[in-house]
Amino acid sequence: MTIKVCVPRDAAALSVGADATAAAIATAAQLAGQTIQLVRTSSRGMFWLEPFVEVETASGRVGYGPVTAEDVPGLFAAGFLQGGAHPLAHGKVEAMPFLARQERLTFARAGLTDPLSLADYEAHGGLRGLRRALGMAPTAVVEEVVASGLRGRGGAGFPTGIKWRTVAGAPAQPKYVVVNADEGDSGTYSDRMVMEGDPYVLLEGMAIAGYATGASFGYIYLRSEYPHALAVLNEALATLRARGVYGRSVLGSDFAFDAEVRVGAGAYICGEETALLESLEGKRGMVRFKPPLPAIKGLFGQPTVVNNVVSLASVPIILDRGGAHYADFGMGRSRGTLPIQLAGNVKRAGLVEKAFGVTLRQLIEDYGGGTRSGRPVRAVQVGGPLGAYFDQRLLDLPLDYEALAQHKGMVGHGGIVVFDDTVDMAEQARYAMEFCAVESCGKCTPCRIGSTRGRELIEKIVRGEDVARNHRQLLALCDVMENASLCALGGMAPWPVLSALQYFPGDFGLPEKEPAHVV
Amino acid sequence: MWSELRDLREGQDLGTPPRGGEPVALVVDGKPVTVPAGSSVMLAAATGRCPVPKLCATDTLEAFGSCRVCLVEIQGRKGYPAACTTLVEPGMVVTTQSPRLHELRKGVVELYLSDFPKEDVPGGWSELHETLQQVGVTGHPYGQGENHLQAPVDDSNPYFLFDPAKCIVCSRCVRACEEIQGTFALTIQGRGFASQVAASQGERFLDSECVSCGACVQACPTHSLVEKSLFEGGYQRAQSPKA
Repeated sequence: MTIKVCVPRDAAALSVGADATAAAIATAAQLAGQTIQLVRTSSRGMFWLEPFVEVETASGRVGYGPVTAEDVPGLFAAGFLQGGAHPLAHGKVEAMPFLARQERLTFARAGLTDPLSLADYEAHGGLRGLRRALGMAPTAVVEEVVASGLRGRGGAGFPTGIKWRTVAGAPAQPKYVVVNADEGDSGTYSDRMVMEGDPYVLLEGMAIAGYATGASFGYIYLRSEYPHALAVLNEALATLRARGVYGRSVLGSDFAFDAEVRVGAGAYICGEETALLESLEGKRGMVRFKPPLPAIKGLFGQPTVVNNVVSLASVPIILDRGGAHYADFGMGRSRGTLPIQLAGNVKRAGLVEKAFGVTLRQLIEDYGGGTRSGRPVRAVQVGGPLGAYFDQRLLDLPLDYEALAQHKGMVGHGGIVVFDDTVDMAEQARYAMEFCAVESCGKCTPCRIGSTRGRELIEKIVRGEDVARNHRQLLALCDVMENASLCALGGMAPWPVLSALQYFPGDFGLPEKEPAHVV
Repeated sequence: MWSELRDLREGQDLGTPPRGGEPVALVVDGKPVTVPAGSSVMLAAATGRCPVPKLCATDTLEAFGSCRVCLVEIQGRKGYPAACTTLVEPGMVVTTQSPRLHELRKGVVELYLSDFPKEDVPGGWSELHETLQQVGVTGHPYGQGENHLQAPVDDSNPYFLFDPAKCIVCSRCVRACEEIQGTFALTIQGRGFASQVAASQGERFLDSECVSCGACVQACPTHSLVEKSLFEGGYQRAQSPKA
């Protein structure tokens, strides 16, 4: 029997030599006279083990990692094609603690399938959501998504179903589905993993969104830093068109849908939905004022659904299993699961899809294994470069939109960046302002000028210049940026700064405060 | 002096273009005001003689919402919406003056002045100076910082010049070129703090697609774009008394 060996083709795996590992396995099998089926799959999201090789045995898949090309002869000698013991062996993949304790709904196929095999996709539950949706009235599809409680996974957390309802109710035609694939938050990669590893789930979600809202064309606005995703998406689109999933008659129905990929030009602000739409229209990526909401007047002035990649990739399973099934996961007003991305100074960096309610400490310690340096965790930034920094006292907060917002933190796109006790939080605060100064679209003044003045004030405080006055001025500036900016970039850039000042004043040379009771 | 000069202008600048919808009644600073549907809160406030300070707004251009000086409070709404980009609604209750609004506007205007030649603040008569007077700001608390004060003057055009030191990047020139003249010769180049007005692909005005129509000069609220004929013996940047 031909033995199936899986090596990920995810960019993270490629960056540590997955291609060389795959080539070495093919050569070694040939030399050993063994016929193998070498499949390039998506990644499980256990990045500290990449390149992670899986062998299909009678008792399930057995994992080895990290496997470099040099390790391959030794693995063959150890009989790894039969799941043989080896220092790099991790036993049955499904039983590995990092994976076994997750609730993978959106990432159900991660590491299992060949990203571009439509047959593989269908064999693992693909297209069931779209088939069911096409048999329902469009309004019923919208209500199913409303019932799921799904909220935008890009950062803002707006209920996806409510947004769809607005677009569905807008009388103007044509309408558009726009995918925000400009994943720019520090330490985030879940969009990339979907697009490189399971492109059909995104494209299925887009078609469902189009059917539900009355849109027949979609655009994926992809950041230029994701060339692998671009290639995979374009090939996946061609396959869907050839197989009649996309096109004039979606799966034989009266519904027509197609889409194309547009590549951005490397601007963080183009992840803001209105700047994204400007850029998609071929203009400078500047933020628009709202209202009008994009749901009413979006791309080319038409009603537009703008959803994040993970939001849309969560839709097929909601339609397949029902909104109630999805809403069964989670807590409070945070329903379903969130693909959390562990990054920074963490021992086991990777993707953890969990129901809302898991605490930051569980994620960092139980899943992440603490810091990579082995030193104590000092600070954690949740939700991207505009999220607040938390210290030890806040690590027992549950991952929940409202719970984090109470402390000016945010779920954001689900990125968690961990820092050990060597971090200089004044430098992190300075960087937050500098980031804003570089990435601001330049339209509104609090963001355009305020961010540079903020950086300068922090530098003065750290140098010990007129500290009390500059500290006061920094707080006043943060107030102006927060309350007078046009969009969330300027409005939230103060959050990491204020939280760093609150929890780590000593790093700025300011007097330490009494530890406040925070949770 | 600026007030007398501004009185020479015909009519009042309502901030955003007039609209022709059905009448909508609202309350601005306690006074009932009726304006056509589709009008901005800024236009309603100006109509009710409660003018809101502004910089990027003028009634010959569509609302843009970039200067953040026209923030107001609206009953039942979160935060401080910009009067220029917020449309009137029946029964809306708007406050244009409050200690909190003053604090925010002052904070925003100080940011402008932190990248503006301080020699040009006293005695000027541009719209910026009108706004400075309205908000009651004459300086800023930031000290010396990164700025554009040394950016070279572009005097290539025979009729007008561009002094980027006085530019507040409100995009009124860019929008005038686009909306009034339809020439699209101007743009904003760079991003963040580096955002600057540029002609064509960062060329001199004379070498760009500019047709010298003057719409940008008329739209500029700071005299950053200004007619050369106003300066006998050529334009010179104001010098501080010490220098």
